[in-house]
Amino acid sequence: MVGLEHYLTVSAALLVIGIFGIFLNRKNVIVILMSIELMLLAVNINLVAFSSFLGDLTGQVFTLFVLTVAAAEAAIGLAILVTFFRNRGTIDVEDVNVMKG
Amino acid sequence: MTSADFSTVLPEVVLATAAMIGLMAGVYGGKDRTTPVMTWAISGLMLLLAVWIGFGGSGSRLAFGGMFIEDPFSRFAKVTILVSAAAVLLLGQDYMQRRDLGRFEFPILVALSVTGMMMMVSAGDLIALYMGLELQSLALYVVASLRRDSVKSTEAGMKYFVLGALSSGLLLYGASLVYGYAGTTLFSGIMLTLNEGVPLGLLFGLVFMLSGLAFKVSAAPFHMWTPDVYEGSPTPVTAFFSTAPKVAAIALIARTVHDAFGGIPMDWRQVLAALAVASMFLGSIAAIGQRDIKRLMAYSSIGHMGYALVGLAAGTAEGVQAMLLYMAIYTTMNIGTFAFILSMEKDGRPVTSIDSLNMFAKREPLKALAVLILMFSLAGVPPFIGFFAKFYVLKAAVSAGMAWLAILTVLAAVIGAYYYMRIVYYMYFGKETDPVESRMDGVQWSMLMGAAAINVLGVINMFGLEPLAAVAAETLVR
Repeated sequence: MVGLEHYLTVSAALLVIGIFGIFLNRKNVIVILMSIELMLLAVNINLVAFSSFLGDLTGQVFTLFVLTVAAAEAAIGLAILVTFFRNRGTIDVEDVNVMKG
Repeated sequence: MTSADFSTVLPEVVLATAAMIGLMAGVYGGKDRTTPVMTWAISGLMLLLAVWIGFGGSGSRLAFGGMFIEDPFSRFAKVTILVSAAAVLLLGQDYMQRRDLGRFEFPILVALSVTGMMMMVSAGDLIALYMGLELQSLALYVVASLRRDSVKSTEAGMKYFVLGALSSGLLLYGASLVYGYAGTTLFSGIMLTLNEGVPLGLLFGLVFMLSGLAFKVSAAPFHMWTPDVYEGSPTPVTAFFSTAPKVAAIALIARTVHDAFGGIPMDWRQVLAALAVASMFLGSIAAIGQRDIKRLMAYSSIGHMGYALVGLAAGTAEGVQAMLLYMAIYTTMNIGTFAFILSMEKDGRPVTSIDSLNMFAKREPLKALAVLILMFSLAGVPPFIGFFAKFYVLKAAVSAGMAWLAILTVLAAVIGAYYYMRIVYYMYFGKETDPVESRMDGVQWSMLMGAAAINVLGVINMFGLEPLAAVAAETLVR
């Protein structure tokens, strides 16, 4: 029997993979975008699992909002990436270093 | 879904509609030739809305089943946000035109992000909170990379986007846990659940949400994007980043902790206190080595967020009042300072290095005096209004029994005073070199002088803001 805790475990694992994907990745900015998407999907699994467990629809409505915003976010991220590529000619994470912070 | 609901959110609807009409006018009209008109129209509209919100309503109203809250607290924050956003738009216009950045998208994106901020401070539900926050952030990511042909600006936009999206993810994960363990997304519902005990999952959710929000106010240890984004973005955008979004995000923190988690103050007060101490000291110490005035202002804003968080960490109505006053005063000081930073140039090119300020007082004594007042006020030197901002925060911390926090605040303020004083020192007693030029249009000049005058004259009665902030705080902390 698959219970709530299984869903929560999967979603926590996905979230952690997403966070590590952002911080440990030394290659490509596209991978960062994928990691961000992974984090948002982890949240969605959480919300839908809770929603079904509680018998309450709000969680699924929230999921739809999150999906929509994630699409907008990806579009803006890719747009910024394109302008960055035009200026630097590369999208390697190691090359995002004109300013040291 | 009644007309009463819509009349409550009317200011937001008006601003969003104006932004969309502006977009149409820009695309089908004269493109970038419409920018000056658009800037004046949108900032005029924001000021009108500020007057409308400030004088229009009284009491508290709920709309859309409690998802949207219109009360004195949200009105105070909205007026601060609208006025500062309008001021910054007008401030940057001359700079944008001369540096060939006069894109009509800028005022529109600012209007959209201000709509998001107004939703944030009125949010009464996790979904409303998230939608407001994202509307604000998505517009800000684009604005940061407004100078498309500059490596620095696009890099700033990219860094802001990646870390901002990460923080939204953390916040959202927290929100999902809160929803799961409270069974509702309404703040009032979460508050009710807390009466029957506090499940561990809810505390996890609270901590995740607070860390996501701490990213947005650039509180240490979630500050790493701030210096780079401030340095890389065009200066008018930096001025915008350091004012309105900060007010909205910190008001959102206040709203979340008091409206949703007001039943368990001890749990979030220690988190906020830790954030406050870390930001104050990081802001004070890391700024000392900076040579670029925009980076310096970034660390300065990290420090100031720390001071404002001290007020919230007190967890009382007095603390919220202190935080609101602090944000209003901080915004004024920052607008004045950025009016000056925008005007710094040499041979027609903008300069932002602090060394270029050497002996500036000889060339422009009046402007140097205004900057001196603003720097003293930012440092919190007694005769100026910045001191009273810090004083209220300290008083709130002491009367909430957090004397240790107040002592740390004073220590951090003393360390932080050094780098503000250094700017003044360079201007008056620096090396004999050719100082930077300061070319201002009428708007920038009057904002610099106005902000300096407010910093001096405001000590008399703070322009009556104090009782307003007290009313606002009392509606939030019941």
